[in-house]
Amino acid sequence: MSAVTDSGSPGRWRLWVRQGLAVARLEIGRNFFGLRALGLYLLALAPLGIILLLAWGRILGLFGAPETPPPAGDLAREYGAFFAGLQSRLVIFFVSLLVFTRLFRAEVQQRSLHYYFLTPVRREVLVAGKFTAGLVAAGLILGTTTVLTFLGHFLPLTRAAGSTDYATFLSRGGGLGQLAGYLGVTLLGVLGYGAVFLAAGLFFRNPILPALAVFGWEWANFLLPPLLKRISVIHYLQALQPVPPPEGMLALLADPPDPWLAVPGIVAMSAVFLVLSALRLRRAEIVYGEE
Amino acid sequence: MSAAVDHAQAAGSDRRIVFDDVSKFYGEVLGINRVNLVLDPGITGLVGPNGSGKTTLFNLATGLLRPSRGRVSVLGLGTDRPEELFRLVGYATQFDSFPKGMTGLGFVESFLRLHGYANAEARRLADEAIERVGLSRDAGRKVAGYSKGMRQRIRLAQAMAHHPAVLLLDEPLNGLDPMVRSEMIGLFRQLAEQGLHVVVSSHVLHEVDLISDRVVLLNNGYVVAEGEIQGVRSEMERHPMKILIRCDRPGRLAARAFEEDGVVEARLVEDEKGVLVATRDADSFYLMLNRVVLEEGLTVETVLPVDEDVQSVYRYLIGANGGGAS
Repeated sequence: MSAVTDSGSPGRWRLWVRQGLAVARLEIGRNFFGLRALGLYLLALAPLGIILLLAWGRILGLFGAPETPPPAGDLAREYGAFFAGLQSRLVIFFVSLLVFTRLFRAEVQQRSLHYYFLTPVRREVLVAGKFTAGLVAAGLILGTTTVLTFLGHFLPLTRAAGSTDYATFLSRGGGLGQLAGYLGVTLLGVLGYGAVFLAAGLFFRNPILPALAVFGWEWANFLLPPLLKRISVIHYLQALQPVPPPEGMLALLADPPDPWLAVPGIVAMSAVFLVLSALRLRRAEIVYGEE
Repeated sequence: MSAAVDHAQAAGSDRRIVFDDVSKFYGEVLGINRVNLVLDPGITGLVGPNGSGKTTLFNLATGLLRPSRGRVSVLGLGTDRPEELFRLVGYATQFDSFPKGMTGLGFVESFLRLHGYANAEARRLADEAIERVGLSRDAGRKVAGYSKGMRQRIRLAQAMAHHPAVLLLDEPLNGLDPMVRSEMIGLFRQLAEQGLHVVVSSHVLHEVDLISDRVVLLNNGYVVAEGEIQGVRSEMERHPMKILIRCDRPGRLAARAFEEDGVVEARLVEDEKGVLVATRDADSFYLMLNRVVLEEGLTVETVLPVDEDVQSVYRYLIGANGGGAS
């Protein structure tokens, strides 16, 4: 039998990484393939359906007489508003909610969490492994949605109008840069909301109620005074959008955070929630309600 | 298994499992109270009625629960460090639930990977453990489709796959047919001979009698008696054990049972799909049952030791000191 070593600092880190990856692999295999994940995929792909409907509706003149295709800049602003209103406020939020609250809560409901507790895996490594699984799965699902909605917003019109304006925008006019920016915002959203919801799944028997409270807070963010705006994920996500959305008439304006603060801010906030989760799990007991 | 024992010896000189004045309360409900126990290597049987605190004791020994008071150590290790503890300990719980969608092999193998084993080594150890519990043929099937006995055995395989020095088994014989039951008892004995701690719980005193070198009797969260099995065994002889067998030809089985020394009663149950046997020698009866199954081609659905008379032994053993604190 080859020894599984955890002696010495480098060996210990290697073991933790190997164990964390084993947890992530197990979680991805169990949670993100098969019929069980179908609802998740449907929710994640809903924006694509909406954006394709909008694009084809415009081409077919369903919203009024067919018009001259708008300039690429206008279309990019439209996408910015769409991303802020639907993608980051709803889809990233709810997909993260579904993925990350289930990582521990579902194990308690299915009475299978003890199997993890009966292995020589540090609870901190277990949190990291499960979070990695959620991050990979939700990141892949939502990243794909972002890419498809972005392309779906421009490409049908490009073909219909025969315009080279959008193609130029996409290939050389900053379109790819914007797409990368939206992708980055998507991943940061998954990171931030994921850490919050992972903790909610550990701290609350029913994480839906705290999740709804977070949802209300995030939704009302534009109405909050500048100081309170900073205590939210959406404030940073919208500031990082390549084309920031309009704040709305009722919004209380605040200086958008500098990207060099916004990115580390979300990362740091996620780290705080992960540490809280690890501490919680360290103290956790297995009581499924039977002796 | 000797590798695990060597590992345990290397980890420290303390080879005992120690409960030092341990209590556990679930809110205001008592789990166990003021338990002082020292378990040495060999097979120890924990016996007590449902709700007596057996599972609580196991869960405390594995850190699934934290004591409300007192301290538990396993081979000198505290139970709050799973990363060290579970290199030496395997625990087959009574929770009859599994991660969804896994095959038997996948179940054992994936948890070996969590130990840090590389894929090939995890596969080898998983195959070995599954073979030891006699499930090789069904290893590729989904656990969800397993019978209760097979689920029991795959949990046992998972607990012993990493060659632990301490094996904790919560009601490991539940749901097993007589043949597999006797194979498992043989396996436990084999493991104990190799120097392992094997701690087995059961609410059936007779089962523990068959398996254990020593016994710990629990009732209402207290240890009420502990010691060598002999004293308990002599008491058992005066209290026939009742066994319910559901099979396709209970009349034939009842007739064969009456030919057996030690059987004091064999009667058909009300629905006439089973026979209730009372015997003073359950060992011989189980052997006879295996023989009858082979010779007569009986199809046995369940074999269930019935609690009634075991409870009377508890009453005898426990009632003397009122079920109070040890």
